[in-house]
Amino acid sequence: MALISDGKFVENEWRHLADEEDLPKSGKFIVSHKRLGEAVAALPADTPLGVIVANTTDPAALAPYFPRLALIAVAFPAFSDGRGFSLARLLRRAGFTGELRASGRIVADQSVHARQCGFDSIEIPADLAARQDEAQWRGALEAYSGFYQEGYGAQGSILDRRRKATS
Amino acid sequence: MTAHDPQQAARSNAPTTTYLYDACDAAFVRERVAEFRQQVARRLEGAMTEDEFRPFRLMNGLYLQLHAYMLRVAIPYGTLTARQMRRLADIADRWDKGYGHFTTRQNLQYNWPKLVDVPDILEALADVEMHAIQTSGNCIRNVTADHFAGVAVDEMEDPRPTAEFLRQWSSLHAEFSFLPRKFKIAVSGATHDRAAIKAHDIGLRIHRNDRGEPGYEVIVGGGLGRSPFIGKSLREFLPREDLLAYLEAILRVYNRFGRRDNKYKARIKILVHETGIEEIRAQVEAEFAAMDRAPFKHDAQEFARIAGFFAPPPYESLPAESLALEDAKRADAAFKAFAEINVAAHKTPGYAIVTVSLKPIGGVPGDATSAQMRTLADASEKFGFGELRVSHEQNIILPHVKKEDLYALWRMLGAAGLATANAGLLTDIISCPGLDYCSLATARSIPIAQAISRRFKDPERQRLIGRLGIKISGCINACGHHHIGAIGILGLEKKGQESYQITLGGDPSLSASIGELLGPGVTADEVPDVIEHIVDFYLSERQGDERFIDTWRRLGHARFKEVLRREGEDGADI
Repeated sequence: MALISDGKFVENEWRHLADEEDLPKSGKFIVSHKRLGEAVAALPADTPLGVIVANTTDPAALAPYFPRLALIAVAFPAFSDGRGFSLARLLRRAGFTGELRASGRIVADQSVHARQCGFDSIEIPADLAARQDEAQWRGALEAYSGFYQEGYGAQGSILDRRRKATS
Repeated sequence: MTAHDPQQAARSNAPTTTYLYDACDAAFVRERVAEFRQQVARRLEGAMTEDEFRPFRLMNGLYLQLHAYMLRVAIPYGTLTARQMRRLADIADRWDKGYGHFTTRQNLQYNWPKLVDVPDILEALADVEMHAIQTSGNCIRNVTADHFAGVAVDEMEDPRPTAEFLRQWSSLHAEFSFLPRKFKIAVSGATHDRAAIKAHDIGLRIHRNDRGEPGYEVIVGGGLGRSPFIGKSLREFLPREDLLAYLEAILRVYNRFGRRDNKYKARIKILVHETGIEEIRAQVEAEFAAMDRAPFKHDAQEFARIAGFFAPPPYESLPAESLALEDAKRADAAFKAFAEINVAAHKTPGYAIVTVSLKPIGGVPGDATSAQMRTLADASEKFGFGELRVSHEQNIILPHVKKEDLYALWRMLGAAGLATANAGLLTDIISCPGLDYCSLATARSIPIAQAISRRFKDPERQRLIGRLGIKISGCINACGHHHIGAIGILGLEKKGQESYQITLGGDPSLSASIGELLGPGVTADEVPDVIEHIVDFYLSERQGDERFIDTWRRLGHARFKEVLRREGEDGADI
């Protein structure tokens, strides 16, 4: 797996914990959604904890865990399955402020979609990273000088620019 | 002879009646072309697999067809300037085979582009403020609207500012570009629905509430394809200020809960059908209530900015009737026929709306050569403020022609083979490209349209029959909208043979209905005979000016089925 953040390949500090593995005493690790309750109960409150969830997850079911979660990874079973983008929006709306990660076969051309919907990082399989290098991920983020949608992403929309130009 | 000879110099009437890009729009489209150029290069280098490349080429209008790539160019809400039409002609000559095909969704398709040329074609489109963005793919498609927008006598509000607003909002939408399936929006602002809004994923009907404020009836879940549904009303009146927020709510519900296990059940119409309109309404309203609507708050200033582009052109003050027109009609019977069939009432006195039929007898419905496109561009500049429209019936509209210019226009069109007087008549057939071009097709459609057109070529007979829509699809995906044709024809493949199912009673307007099956499929050769029997029966039974659909509704489907059975027993072999 490779990790991309802000158009750069970065070190991945988080490890996915398989369901059959014991919960470690320390380190940053990501548990499955079904082990979340167990992990929260067993681990000290200051142990960093992440969870990976299906893109069909009800955000309301995760919300009670937000204070305890440093990272939520949303699984992308296929890059053409856009449910994860809506889930990211909903998790942000529900108040999650930790790291939001898209995990799966996301392609470089979706960097913008991921960022605008609230993802901080993208985790992709090694074979994909071998074909799509950092230049492609960075290039995709730099492809557009503005977007029409309001309420998506941190930078102002095209409509904002128009308003400023006329005011 | 009128004073307006077609050879005289064009008037200096620059297009003023459609949206013009600002620097942001222009940059966006250029950046999109640059991005696609990179994507093509990365595909050719192997950085993207074909599976990865596919959604991105589709969202730039590029399909892989039966014989070659096909590029589908967006004509937002069907409005074109003369300059844009000329550019479409230039592209057809330079990169295609000298013609283009106007589709049922107000787009233009080129059937023979090469992949490596497509970025240059998109660049050539960007030069004239055009693109091919989201004309395909599982995203929000090119937004369509009434082709008589701004000029129809029954219009409450021009739907194009709303459509342009939505074009911008839906372009490269971060959240809704990987939907379960394609998503089509149509807008109408008139009493008569000419945009088939009940056959779209979302149909918007502009109307006013009791206080006179503009808003929308939101219709959801219409669609054709293999499971046709008429759209259902989700909100009778949505205030304008809530439009974007409400659409975001619908799309979010669809993106999350639309089926992804079976592409044939993935449209929102299936979600609405399986979940029920009441439950969908509850989900959409809940999402609408929960979301932060501040970013989507209606921007009246921006809406007004957009609407300003669609202001009426500088019409002259003219008498309602033109003596020159009446003289010409008396003098020339062929022109009289054209003026009665292809000319519609305009809301401004002394002006008319002209439908230029792209359905010559025996021709390919919707095709136009580059020379014809240039003639249309010239005609629009000479006689109609340089503006053209594409209708979902695959014809071209000149929306502002002076009545006194109609005769000169008709002669100009006639010289280019564009004066067929059949708008709305039986030979004004809607047809998909079918097996001649399309990799999805199971049967030919164009040759069927051509055979019917030849059978009914007699103009007198067509006029006697009156308005009758025939729609042909070459497979169950229903691109030819056969479900909503008064007579619908669906080409299938049965045991290696083409077989055509015929349906009656479809209606694309606000009284929308899905056609009912007439009986077992017939062969390609038999189709014109069957159509002829149906039409003859209608003529023998109709009362007064009754339209085909009304006779069919009055008599009932069984009576029509009976006729065919009887004809069959008489040895007509159908």
